Amino acid sequence: MSVTELRPRTPAETALVNLAEAAGADEDARRSAIEALRREGLPHRRVEAWHYTDLRALMGRRLGKDQAIEAIAAKEAGSTESVLAPLVAGSTVVDLDRSEAASAPTGVSISASDDLADWHETPNHLDRPVDTIRVVNAAFGARIAKIAVAEGTEFASPIEMRSGIGAQSHAGCSVEVGNGAKATFVERIEGGGSPAPSSGVSYLTVGDGAEVLWIIDQAKDSGAAHLGQLNVTVGADATFKLFLLNSGGGLVRYEIHAVTAGEGSEIRLRGVNLLENDQHLDVTTTLRHTYPNTTATETFRNVVTGGHGVFQGMIKVAREAQKTDAKMACNTLLLSQDGDFSAKPELEIFADDVQCGHGATAGEINADHLFYLMSRGIPAPQAKALLVKAFVDEVVEELETEDAIAEALVAKIDAWLERSH
Amino acid sequence: MLEIKNLHARVADEGTEILRGVDLTIEAGEVAAIMGPNGSGKSTLSYILAGRDDYEVTEGDILYNGESILEMEPDERAAAGLFLAFQYPLEIPGVATMTFLKTALNAQRKARGEAELMTPDFMRKVKAAAGELKIDAQMLKRPLNVGFSGGEKKRAEILQMALLEPKLCVMDETDSGLDIDALKIVADGVNALRSEERSFLVITHYQRLLEYIVPDTVHVLYKGRIIKSGDKNLALQLENEGYSQIIDEAA
Ligand SMILES: Nc1ncnc2c1ncn2[C@@H]1O[C@H](COP(=O)(O)OP(=O)(O)OP(=O)(O)O)[C@@H](O)[C@H]1O
Ligand SMILES: [Mg+2]
Repeated sequence: MSVTELRPRTPAETALVNLAEAAGADEDARRSAIEALRREGLPHRRVEAWHYTDLRALMGRRLGKDQAIEAIAAKEAGSTESVLAPLVAGSTVVDLDRSEAASAPTGVSISASDDLADWHETPNHLDRPVDTIRVVNAAFGARIAKIAVAEGTEFASPIEMRSGIGAQSHAGCSVEVGNGAKATFVERIEGGGSPAPSSGVSYLTVGDGAEVLWIIDQAKDSGAAHLGQLNVTVGADATFKLFLLNSGGGLVRYEIHAVTAGEGSEIRLRGVNLLENDQHLDVTTTLRHTYPNTTATETFRNVVTGGHGVFQGMIKVAREAQKTDAKMACNTLLLSQDGDFSAKPELEIFADDVQCGHGATAGEINADHLFYLMSRGIPAPQAKALLVKAFVDEVVEELETEDAIAEALVAKIDAWLERSH
Repeated sequence: MLEIKNLHARVADEGTEILRGVDLTIEAGEVAAIMGPNGSGKSTLSYILAGRDDYEVTEGDILYNGESILEMEPDERAAAGLFLAFQYPLEIPGVATMTFLKTALNAQRKARGEAELMTPDFMRKVKAAAGELKIDAQMLKRPLNVGFSGGEKKRAEILQMALLEPKLCVMDETDSGLDIDALKIVADGVNALRSEERSFLVITHYQRLLEYIVPDTVHVLYKGRIIKSGDKNLALQLENEGYSQIIDEAA
């Protein structure tokens, strides 16, 4: 510790700490998070978990020397809350800042708490001892709202969680889905024009035999920054499905850390990352298999017309987790020379009777496919659009979810494709 | 309708010459068959007609209704009425067959300045054409050609051809992979499309197809050149004697 303390803070780090303090450091827990942020600073490329997303340098460009904190704070205060339709019609919208919903469905309780994210440990062993996203979240005073879904409850329409859309926000929630329950959650990440990051840390416990679909719809304004993290525990014979759609933001990192908590659990992660201009987008996942007979499939598809994309996927299989079946794929369609995508899949396997695999591909539109479509009279731009759409729609299909949800995701993807072509 | 004049072409990125002076004329309403040993350049010729950019034309010209098509994009050629039934139709995951058919049909109509086809009319058209070719409607719910058997893919090509109603149909070994009944069905489909204004270029290795789709002319392509032309009897002669005699004569 004493060694790190000697390192001078970068202007961005100082600015971030000052911003956190300006937002209020009223109680001990929060003060100690701010202290940790001041002490540890931001991770840089020599921290393995942040190698491709050098947060210190990237934040430096946003919160550079002359960024007056007052100006940032004023901008935040000035932003207005927009009226936003839910991603899926008929959803229950929960405002995490107020820990309240218009009307919670039966079997669901929503309450406020004073808890902050626990930054003393990190779910990613390649990160520093202090968890970066959690420490930022806690330093800015995000409270963990509690959502509980009672055992056996099934509700059809999703619960959509938002926090301070249109302003800089730092939110947290802890979601407990009881045994045998069935629920869909949408985490909506929007708005925010400030150079300072917003953040969100979520904890999800999927009870035994329960089924949860968690959708992350990240569509921040271009230029906005966000640090997100979802920590999931998947019970025995439970199914956890996730869809991460990144279609906005300037600097975004979203981490998903899932661990099995019983035999027979299934984890299905799907995601689409749409990149343009000078975006920097990072998806980092860790899956820990700690019980026998669990499965995981993970597929991310990326469309790059510009910017930098990062995928880091770690699958860890413990010695006792025999018969683990885990597959991970990251496929990138490079539509322009202006962008790039780095994929770093990793397997760490200690059990001997497992099936694990990973693959990463990157390429341009298949010329043979393009010719075939064009030979039927479809002009090149339209043929390319069809192929790009096919490439990403397949992942939505693999989610095997209700039509309304799949359609909402495809509509979001289409809107991006139309705007960026 | 089609005039291929002294066509020389090579593989664009490595320069190997494949077509070495092809001359071939097809009149409106004519069915021309091209036969020839493996590797003689039949598929290459069909790709060049369709506008594939892997090949580079170094000499000669292709005139379609009197005008050169060499500078036209594949989609422009299709809209002008050219259709290629591929020897190996491609599987395109994620693209729904129906979406594809409708997009293609309407893109061509749009290029020709015609009104787009509305969904109910389109569905009716597809159903009728699929019915005639004995194509299961279930198959059309899958992504384009994905998981289709070899014969199903060939049938799907003819379905596309029937829907798009081209003026010049190039069929590259449509018969290979088809069972006996399917061959008959496909041939009936093609014969139904025969008309005064529509021409066919049928590439095949076998006389059998030509019993069903009787050609007006038969041409032998060898090492990138037409070495012999004749009527349907030339196909019969080849079936009995093979290529060696004709190749020797040409040498
Ligand atoms: N893209 C390419 N690159 C290299 N060689 C090629 C390419 N395309 C064709 N060729 C070569 O050109 C020759 C002609 O090929 P083509 O496919 O046109 O033959 P074909 O007459 O259709 O044969 P088949 O009866 O077996 O279908 C072959 O020797 C083939 O290997
Ligand atoms: Mg061939």
